[in-house]
Amino acid sequence: MIKEASIRKPLILGHKTYGDITNDIVGPIEGEAPKQWKIAITIAAIIALYGIGCIMYLVAQGIGSWGLNKTVGWAWDITNFVWWVGIGHAGTLISAVLLLFRQRWRMAINRSAEAMTIFAVIMAALFPVFHMGRVWLAYWTLPLPNQFGSLWPNFNSALMWDVFAISTYFSVSLVFWYIGLIPDFATIRDRMVKPKWKKFYSILSFGWSGRAKHWTRFEEVSLVLAGIATPLVFSVHSIVSMDFATSIIPGWHTTIFPPYFVSGAIFSGFAMVLTLLLIMRKTMRLEAYIHLKHVEYMNIVIIVTGSIVGVAYLTELFISWYSGVEYESYAFINRFSGPYAWSYWAMMTCNVISPQLFWFKKIRTSLTATFILSIIVNIGMWFERFVIIVTSIHRDYTPGAWGEFYPSTIDIGMFIGTIGIFFTLFLLFARYFPVLALNELKTILKVSGESYKNDNKH
Amino acid sequence: MAHDNKLQFELPANVKKWSMILMGVGILATVLGWFADKTDHHTYWWGNLLINGFFFFAIALGALFFYALQYAAEVAWSAMVKRIFEAMFAYIPYGLGVIVFVLLVGQFHGHHLYHWMDSAVYDPTSPEYDELIANKRPYLSAWFFWLRVLVYAAVFIIFARKFRQWSIQEDTVGGTEIHYRFYRRSAVFLVFFAVFSSTLSWDWLMSIDTHWFSTMYGWYIFSGMWVTTMIFATLTVIWLKGKGYLAQVNDSHVHDMGKWVFAVSMLWSYLWFCQYMLIWYSNIPEEVTYFQTRYEHYMYGMWGVFAVNFAVPFYVLMARDAKRNFKYLTRVGVIIFLGHFADLYMAVIPGTVHGHLEWGFGEGHHTTFVGWFEIGMFLGFLGLFVFVVSRALTKANLLPIKHPFFQESENHSI
Repeated sequence: MIKEASIRKPLILGHKTYGDITNDIVGPIEGEAPKQWKIAITIAAIIALYGIGCIMYLVAQGIGSWGLNKTVGWAWDITNFVWWVGIGHAGTLISAVLLLFRQRWRMAINRSAEAMTIFAVIMAALFPVFHMGRVWLAYWTLPLPNQFGSLWPNFNSALMWDVFAISTYFSVSLVFWYIGLIPDFATIRDRMVKPKWKKFYSILSFGWSGRAKHWTRFEEVSLVLAGIATPLVFSVHSIVSMDFATSIIPGWHTTIFPPYFVSGAIFSGFAMVLTLLLIMRKTMRLEAYIHLKHVEYMNIVIIVTGSIVGVAYLTELFISWYSGVEYESYAFINRFSGPYAWSYWAMMTCNVISPQLFWFKKIRTSLTATFILSIIVNIGMWFERFVIIVTSIHRDYTPGAWGEFYPSTIDIGMFIGTIGIFFTLFLLFARYFPVLALNELKTILKVSGESYKNDNKH
Repeated sequence: MAHDNKLQFELPANVKKWSMILMGVGILATVLGWFADKTDHHTYWWGNLLINGFFFFAIALGALFFYALQYAAEVAWSAMVKRIFEAMFAYIPYGLGVIVFVLLVGQFHGHHLYHWMDSAVYDPTSPEYDELIANKRPYLSAWFFWLRVLVYAAVFIIFARKFRQWSIQEDTVGGTEIHYRFYRRSAVFLVFFAVFSSTLSWDWLMSIDTHWFSTMYGWYIFSGMWVTTMIFATLTVIWLKGKGYLAQVNDSHVHDMGKWVFAVSMLWSYLWFCQYMLIWYSNIPEEVTYFQTRYEHYMYGMWGVFAVNFAVPFYVLMARDAKRNFKYLTRVGVIIFLGHFADLYMAVIPGTVHGHLEWGFGEGHHTTFVGWFEIGMFLGFLGLFVFVVSRALTKANLLPIKHPFFQESENHSI
């Protein structure tokens, strides 16, 4: 087997054998659930239930129970939607784009990043769906014939494109993730002793036998799906950005929006992956597979995408002045000096300034610093969407209609609730699913395993 | 090493001969074009000089960017072809020279490509006063504009020289110290590049349509730059292999080059489409003028450029085998290379000679495509570019034999 260059840091540390990899990853699934996990899922489930309660109240009472008013007709709902969709970008980027770039370090993180993606997209979808008010008529967004009682959907609307973009993205991500899981489920099935669980994983593994033919097909389909998923990574957030950019509202309509939203999405997605993985590697003892080099690579992605976002902020700011358009300039002056200036500066600090700390090797290889910064980035990216949405519309063309937005308890409850649902789903995933792509990891053991690279005897 | 005899590139006599012939054709077309061009202050002539100046400069700058990107991203496969990119960015000073010449003459009112260089537009008492341009004065004032030009030039030239110097040094010294220095400095260069690639597009190209603005513009120009760089590099690799050089560059390397041509073409198409679609959709007078001008007078040109530069690579280079097939790569490469030249033409000319599309030189505000003139000037610059690049190729080994990733790159197989 051809070895990689000796100056590359090994991706799997220590003396690991194929058997060790299986034990390390399947072991926690077979054992009893640890106490911390039980505590964590209880807390997450309580928060989730509270969120579901808020949603039920919202459906019963109507959209008036949010803090929206006639000037600020979009606020936390769409902010949360875009925030969650953005987070849902890292998984497919890691599994598809990094697969095409043959980045081996992705193998340690792709599984949980994809799971996170799927859960985040589900959380995102909740907001526009419940924003419809009469949620039982949600199918009206689909291009169904008029006999169903609806009018044809408006294909000129970017909101309509969103329905297609997100549902396509969700389906492809789900299939991609599941296909990757099949061989790993089969590994678990083969090891399971308890018949009920053996049956469970046997159904999940779709009768995988591990024959060479299965593997060939598996690899082919992975590449094809990666090819399909890559343009989707770009299209989803581009179309989300068009929800704003196709309008003529100053601050929303600007041509840089699509690529800048994509970059911001990857930025926030990686931050969330880091937040989750740093906890997971510790509690599930995966330090040999997800180590400092992985964290460093992810931090570099954060610097790059954070800086692209920074360049985009400055470009927008500059062009708003350069354009000489009064309304355009005002939108930005109002952003950084108006009543919501605090949110603009929070966004700038969290998204543009704080990731620059990763230029220092000490900081980008420090787990504590990374963990703190990853949370700061997530906060910053929430503020970015809030700034774009609320500050652009709260002062419209007629000063008599100017207003401000205050979230209601239902606004807050629903947002916090989605965080609860998200963590509940993620904890269930971490308990019952193989959290690392163990069969994929085995393919790089001899290329990039520490003891193999150093020619140690096994 | 088995291929020592082919490590040193020798400039074939016919390359020298043909690049000289092309340059001769270029000079002839340029001189004759000057006299034939009847547009106001030879606007069309200057416009073409700017297009050629920028187009080939952009290929060289794109090469420097891609080169730095390889180090910053710890890429191994491209180690085998890194000398090609070095040779390409050797053209940066020449390209800058042409652009600076065009800008200088404009500053002294030798031509009117840049409306904002006319001081009358800033004078409220003048009938030429233009409030919109006057508002942009802090950015477009002569001292700040020229300061930017100097900073761009200094940064690009210094990084290009240093990178080349270290790279050649590595051939004798070996080790990893130079490699890590490259890694750190590349990241620094990329930061400069991220800002300057946008601002220089605003300064030199977007400001032609002085009233118009688009936040996407810098990234759109950058993506076009990047595609042409990848095409030229791919064609050079194929050509060198045909001459018996670069034996270690295998199908997988060529495949990867082809992937870049494909991927960046899609990036360009994505950015072109988003910019166009958002402006068309919202139809705001301040913004839509840009496409309105092109729609009225250059409809076929505008859509033709998009169609060719998107559809040709999309349909032809999608398949794996096409990206490993030298013939396909060459043909597609040549078509979209010209396509991206046409793209730059569409960016510059409609804003300068507000005329209708007519064949042959016209008077005053009526011009455009002549044929022999534009093609001649393009060929002349192509000759110069090929000459500079191939001469730079002879000055170092074609392969970086002591690159820490050399072996990994040699074993590259996908």
